[in-house]
Amino acid sequence: MEYLLIIISAIFVNNVVLAKFLGICPFIGVSNKVKTAIGMSGAVAFVMVIATLVTFYIQKLLDMYHIEFMQTITFILVIASLVQMVEIVLKKVSPALYQSLGIFLPLITTNCTVLGVAILAVSEPAYGAAEAAVFALANALGYGLALVIFAGLREQLELAEVPSAMKGVPIAFITAGILALAFMGFSGLC
Amino acid sequence: MDKKNPTLLSMVLVLLGIALVCSAGVAAVYNATKPVIDTARQTKKVKTVSKVLPQFDNSPIDEAFTIVSADNDSLLCYPAKSNGETVGYAVSSFSNKGYGGKIEVLVGFLPDGTIFNTEVVSLNETPGLGDKSQKSKSNWAEQFNGKNPESYKLAVKKDGGDVDAITAATITSRAYTGAVELAYKTFMGYIKGAKPEAVSGATQQAEPQN
Amino acid sequence: MSKFQIFSKGILKENPALVLILGMCPTLGVTTSAINGLGMGVATMFVVVLSNIIISLIKNIIPNNVHIPAYIVVIASLVTILQLVMEAYVPALYDSLGLFIPLIVVNCLVLGRAEAFANKNNAIDSALDGLGMGLGFTLALTVLGAAREMLGSGSIFGLKFIEGDGIIGFVLAPGAFLVLGLLIAGANLLSKKIYKKEE
Repeated sequence: MEYLLIIISAIFVNNVVLAKFLGICPFIGVSNKVKTAIGMSGAVAFVMVIATLVTFYIQKLLDMYHIEFMQTITFILVIASLVQMVEIVLKKVSPALYQSLGIFLPLITTNCTVLGVAILAVSEPAYGAAEAAVFALANALGYGLALVIFAGLREQLELAEVPSAMKGVPIAFITAGILALAFMGFSGLC
Repeated sequence: MDKKNPTLLSMVLVLLGIALVCSAGVAAVYNATKPVIDTARQTKKVKTVSKVLPQFDNSPIDEAFTIVSADNDSLLCYPAKSNGETVGYAVSSFSNKGYGGKIEVLVGFLPDGTIFNTEVVSLNETPGLGDKSQKSKSNWAEQFNGKNPESYKLAVKKDGGDVDAITAATITSRAYTGAVELAYKTFMGYIKGAKPEAVSGATQQAEPQN
Repeated sequence: MSKFQIFSKGILKENPALVLILGMCPTLGVTTSAINGLGMGVATMFVVVLSNIIISLIKNIIPNNVHIPAYIVVIASLVTILQLVMEAYVPALYDSLGLFIPLIVVNCLVLGRAEAFANKNNAIDSALDGLGMGLGFTLALTVLGAAREMLGSGSIFGLKFIEGDGIIGFVLAPGAFLVLGLLIAGANLLSKKIYKKEE
């Protein structure tokens, strides 16, 4: 039940992109096609779960030595090196998966969803390692959902006639606004 | 140094050097700002505690103790004394059911359980809606003042209680009310049950028998 | 490029938030009021100016294949310093910006300027570039925050000019996207007009 609550809340009610405003750059940048959106969300999910688990234990270490103020520095370094490691391991172990996710991996270091979710997970005192991992996975799913829906909308939008000043990014943001409005319908779900 | 084809050693040395200099800088700033941050936090705490309690002359923060709720949550309780007599208690309560997650509320009680005042410690509610539960944004929370939950049902009117909800922010109102209720129940449990063992002999004698 | 051009291009022609579309997360996340937008803008400006200066000074001693991790360490340290200073001296603003302060580390604006400008230019030019970009970012965030605050709460910089509530949707998530979309479209129109005249 507890896990279900975390999952529903992270995917629908407090969606990372549409309610918490994390990971907007890739949201606007790589959401032109549904296929790339799926690839990007896969890569994010992969890194986010591992990163949150690793940073969860690192936070324990920081707490132990009372150097919580080093959180930002250590987390971003862990995430950056993790992304590199995932890239190397994936290349060796599963070339097929690397083919589909590989090009997105370097972009993930500066995707603030990963750092944001890691910080959110450790700042929730009630979360143990399992809850943190579920929280990360649920957020990644929410991210994927928003990205894929948005990519579908934008594929349609390309065929539409738009005033020249609104073309491209502005109309994408307005579409995102309407999508966020739709997601607000989920509020109060849990 | 050859920028294009560096040796492994030079790469490691450069990174190590940067990391050392940077952490030294951060540590220096940390040490310089630590006293300021600590005082700022302490003043904020003292301020919030004094807001929800009647006049006192002791130091509630130094005398704080924990009380345990029915669900085994431990809440911090700050006793306020004036001339050695207990005039009130502030209970630090919370609810996880806010719209934006956790809401922390400090609830001040008179010794008989009447709510003296409440104050938000932290919340993450929607600006313009749920954040009206803060005193700085609207006077919504003042309806709790002076009410004794024995005769005042701590639930929003939609749920059959006596609390007016904030317009369009029922979830926040519910959570806030829930936090106040948790504080009340835990406080009453403490006052009625554990108290005789928990306090020193002097105050125990002054305790009315009920 | 003259010194003035380096400084001024960040304000409209290459405005990071409205034209280059960098640093969107804080742009949308914290601009529920004008003062939050201004605070976030100034905080980001602090980091981008200092990181530009430091990186332009150390760029020659850093081997090419480790430059990204080195830059990230520098930026993360600056952000941590900023976090500590803000918590000490402006605790209220620190609380209301919340998660978005540590997230300045991954603001593409900061790393982007380090890569695109500070990496190739001297310290003075890099400082000017950071200052201009920071100002442009601050300007965009303040305007966005002010617009949302006016529509959503009927006030500006906390001063109420309409009694009662505003259109709350503008303070909530959808309003952020809508207003930013319109703002970018407006900046598009404006720069088209200005730079057509120059040609």
